[in-house]
Amino acid sequence: MKKQVLAAAVVFFLVGAAAYGAFFVAPTERTMGPIQRIFYLHVSSAWTGLTAFFICFVANLLYVFRRQPQWDWLSVSAAEVGLVFTSVVLVSGPIWAHPVWGIWWTWDWRLTSTFILWLLYVCFLLLRTLVEEPDRRRLFSALFGIFAFIDVPLVFGSIRWWRTQHPQPVVMGGPGSGLEATMWWVLFFSWMAMLSLMALLIRARYRMEAARDALETLRQESEAV
Amino acid sequence: MKNLNSIFAAYLIAWAIFFAYYLTVARRAAALHEDIERLKNSLHRGK
Repeated sequence: MKKQVLAAAVVFFLVGAAAYGAFFVAPTERTMGPIQRIFYLHVSSAWTGLTAFFICFVANLLYVFRRQPQWDWLSVSAAEVGLVFTSVVLVSGPIWAHPVWGIWWTWDWRLTSTFILWLLYVCFLLLRTLVEEPDRRRLFSALFGIFAFIDVPLVFGSIRWWRTQHPQPVVMGGPGSGLEATMWWVLFFSWMAMLSLMALLIRARYRMEAARDALETLRQESEAV
Repeated sequence: MKNLNSIFAAYLIAWAIFFAYYLTVARRAAALHEDIERLKNSLHRGK
């Protein structure tokens, strides 16, 4: 318990420091002005969400090959946490877009593929509530999770392969892309802070899933008595 | 600072989402642990 509180305090400090960096350390962007500071929240949340979905994908593959419930616990935990981060992306994006583009939303490749990604993982979690038998539920959800991950490369590549309203990539983009050094460090720190938050949330959710499994076992025992 | 409200709104909403999620996980976990304790006790009484 003491360790958990300490970990939460460290994460809280890192996330706070990341916000401080975005507001007071990063320079003001020339074209968009102060509103661009949402970038550090928006992009770091997006990268963290994709990282969580990648963890979910690996856990799903491992479940399919090894059939150990621990991989299923990790998969559902990472999917739920990835969904939370993607929700932040879908909320912060329009708040940033409105003053800059003059619209809240447009159905371009990046925005649409991100929204589909969000829907796919909502379906992933819903699917788990529809199958009662634990082994079948784990296998179906692992297979669906592997399928859902197909959208992740589309989200990543959408602004590289097609013309979009969404800005072109500033990291791993083509010639002319890139960030001013301080902006880059603030973004990198924000991403690290978000990754630590992701780890904290996945850990808490994983322990919950382990408790749920223990409860199911106990119920079976009590029915047998 | 121009658009300051929008910037604060984005950060506040994001933190609210993270905090609300952490709270729901903590609550769900606490409920599960309560159920586990109750079942364990009833199993002990049954033996």
